[in-house]
Amino acid sequence: MVQEDKVLDARGLNCPLPILRTKKALGELTAGQVLKIVATDPGAVKDFEAFSKQTKNPLLEQAEAGGEFVFFIQKA
Amino acid sequence: MDEKKLAIIATKGTLDWGYPPFILASTAAALGYATEIFFTFYGLQLLKKDLGHLRVSPLGNPAMPMPVPMPNFVMALVPGMEAMATSMMKSKMKSKGVASLEELRELCVEAEVRMIACQMTVDLFEFDTSDFIDGVELGGAALFFEFAGEADITLFI
Repeated sequence: MVQEDKVLDARGLNCPLPILRTKKALGELTAGQVLKIVATDPGAVKDFEAFSKQTKNPLLEQAEAGGEFVFFIQKA
Repeated sequence: MDEKKLAIIATKGTLDWGYPPFILASTAAALGYATEIFFTFYGLQLLKKDLGHLRVSPLGNPAMPMPVPMPNFVMALVPGMEAMATSMMKSKMKSKGVASLEELRELCVEAEVRMIACQMTVDLFEFDTSDFIDGVELGGAALFFEFAGEADITLFI
């Protein structure tokens, strides 16, 4: 199980806000630290994969439960 | 430099069409693109400090979902249709967690998206540039191409 250093609550937010807030939150972490994001926007699944690929910040884990999507992104 | 670049031309000044330039520019900036938006014609409305004047109109817009479908000529005659459609769209966006235009624009400013107002149309429509947000540059078509010529993606919105 991945252990996060910081949590971003993006529930109720719609595209592109979860990504923009994630970018900002990652900026406050140091390399190697992990950000956990909780979102409710179903579009976030593909968006976070694409964000991770393009920004080279690894998407360590993702899960869905009860209409909530959880992502763990490590700052590169 | 291997930094990617996105150039956008924003030409529309309605509440709905104000979204695509700011959504794409802010997201591109978050992905590491150097981003520039060239505002021309009605797109200049998106640069005003106060965006409260932006409207969306159901008139001549058959794709807009309406609670009660109405022919164009009826909508044209009924007073307040535009105000109603505008407030409906705003409340819908709020309830769905869609950012306000001001918020998205602010995120663009924070992410250092370069914003250029077209000098010719500023003069043509007699815009007062002191009504614009800070940091807007004035320029012409050649300035746009200086950036767009190097861009990986160019969008006309």
